[in-house]
Amino acid sequence: MSDSEVSRRQFFVKLGVALNGLAAVALATPVIGYLLGPIFRAKDGGYRKWISLGELDEFPEGQTRLAKYKNPIANAWDGETDNIPCWVRRTQGEKFQVFAINCAHLGCPVRWFPQSGLFMCPCHGGVYYQDGSRASGPPERGLFEYQYKVEGGHLMIEAGQLPTLSTSASLREGSKGCQG
Amino acid sequence: MPRLIQKIGDWFEQRLKIAPVVRETMEHPVPTKSASWFYVFGSAALTVFIIQIFTGIMLALIYVPSAGEAWNSLQYLNHGVPLGWYVRALHGWGSNFMVAIVLIHMVQVAMFGAYKFPRELTWIVGIFLLLMTLGMAFTGQVMRFDQDAYWGLGIGASICGRVPFIGAWVVHLLLGGPIIAGDTLSRFFDFHVFVIPGLLIAFVSVHLLMVLKLGINEWPMPGRLVRRSTYVQEYEELAHKDGMPFVPGAIWKDMIFAAFIIFSVMACAAYFGPFGPSGQPDPTIVQTVPKPDFFFQWLYALLAFLPPAMETPALLIGPVVILGFLICLPFFAGEGEKHWSRRPVAVVTILLSAVTLGTLTHLASYTPWSPIMDAWSGDPVPVDYLNGRSPLERQGAAVFQEKQCRNCHSIGGTGGMRGPALDSIAVRKTHAQLVRQVVQGGGNMPAYGKNLNPAEVDALVSFLDTLHPANEPGARDSARQISAETEHFATGTPTGEKK
Repeated sequence: MSDSEVSRRQFFVKLGVALNGLAAVALATPVIGYLLGPIFRAKDGGYRKWISLGELDEFPEGQTRLAKYKNPIANAWDGETDNIPCWVRRTQGEKFQVFAINCAHLGCPVRWFPQSGLFMCPCHGGVYYQDGSRASGPPERGLFEYQYKVEGGHLMIEAGQLPTLSTSASLREGSKGCQG
Repeated sequence: MPRLIQKIGDWFEQRLKIAPVVRETMEHPVPTKSASWFYVFGSAALTVFIIQIFTGIMLALIYVPSAGEAWNSLQYLNHGVPLGWYVRALHGWGSNFMVAIVLIHMVQVAMFGAYKFPRELTWIVGIFLLLMTLGMAFTGQVMRFDQDAYWGLGIGASICGRVPFIGAWVVHLLLGGPIIAGDTLSRFFDFHVFVIPGLLIAFVSVHLLMVLKLGINEWPMPGRLVRRSTYVQEYEELAHKDGMPFVPGAIWKDMIFAAFIIFSVMACAAYFGPFGPSGQPDPTIVQTVPKPDFFFQWLYALLAFLPPAMETPALLIGPVVILGFLICLPFFAGEGEKHWSRRPVAVVTILLSAVTLGTLTHLASYTPWSPIMDAWSGDPVPVDYLNGRSPLERQGAAVFQEKQCRNCHSIGGTGGMRGPALDSIAVRKTHAQLVRQVVQGGGNMPAYGKNLNPAEVDALVSFLDTLHPANEPGARDSARQISAETEHFATGTPTGEKK
């Protein structure tokens, strides 16, 4: 076996490694894109939709009521999980506050107590006043609010993503929600 | 017949060439003192893992990993499929046993200094096995797609949302979309059934291979120090001079303990039955009190006690610090004493960790930080607290109930524990202090000023003023008393306040 033959084989081994490396990158790129799909969709505003919570008369002035809506980003196999509750407070006229159900602490469902005018969270005892501001307990901030507008006698909110400290109830960028 | 078996065996062996490896494994020498009942937890963890694999495959025959159907398929498993409840119970109790045994195994190897040279990598792989076991526990709780699973995912997403800069991305990746829905369950199913078990099998294999290649940790002796230069030779001498073959010398204890564990899992499954599912995963049912499974209750408790400003740093930095410490442990303590009597820092650290986790888990069993959401309407004011009271005071008791004070404050032993019990509040606070506290709140209590009219405040505080033991008078404002007495001197009229 001559030296040139050895170096030729080594070259082909290197070529094989390079080709497979290229194939791996070509294969992985779309797969990673597939895995990161939820991020791209959110960036493109794919989760933003205006949706009706019902007619205005369903929300008497001065009261806070539980409203439910079907999340606009839904699939047939979501079952009951795309029914999302929220608290609607009609302060007066066409002025509203629409609060996300999720506590600003860890996302548990807050409950409204009209007698004491407080929202209480069953998990770690976060409490909020009727305007959603923090009253006591572990939350760092007040309740999350949806953008809303009144259109054709309907209360519309911009739904819908799970609000956390880094995701808002409505995606804020460029939305034209009229805050009263 | 035996000759036939021999011939079949030979036929396979000619092709597999596996006998020398099996023989080497069976006969590898184990130091005599290591063939101990303290050394059975690793094999017990493996035993339970095998139970989990088989019961998991059995459950997947019926379970539907769809957000719309998972809960119904679990009901069907519990009530419709013969012995479906039992297989679910085996899997659920198996997971509890697995978490418990893995933790005991970890404590044992830490106490016996087994992570020291040359077994550093065995320990580090073990840390990842612990993480994967906890990952299986959490994703398994999601598989039970009920209310606790739904809101548990909400808690997970809220924790991810605290990550700076990329928090929103992390939330979307965790949930597979903007909300907890079909894609969320599907990806957790993927992790619970393919990704983590696959990694577990790979890591367990490496973990076991290293135990075989490096030999089981010898029984620690005070004064017998580990040195990198001499340890391997010393261990070989010990294992060969004072050792015995793994089979049958040591394995019988592993086998008996494994059988005991299997019987225990079966007994718990048969007696206590399966876990849940609790209510269906409908987020519009807000009358729910979510709670994680026991292996994460310490965290649930911790999140109630951390000051708000500390939470995000603790949640994001804490795990990194703890993991970093565990992974680095064999590198800064890789030599020296193995015996616990000469390692006070290690023993105290382990004991403190155990006591901390145990205490937090115990607290989570009755969640004193949570308001009792129906105490105001469900728990009556004790009759003794109303007997002989004035109409105003009784009206105050009604205000006390109506305004949900009871959700956070207990009287007569029932009600929330979020705030202090009020049975003797009048001893600690004067009338004026109570009015201020009710109206302005403070000290982690909401201000009720806007939601109580003056008459209600008056009634409520009159009721609170009566809450003191019969033989102990309520608190008085001494300044007010002095000013009243001064007035008495000035005008010569009795104040009527003190008799």
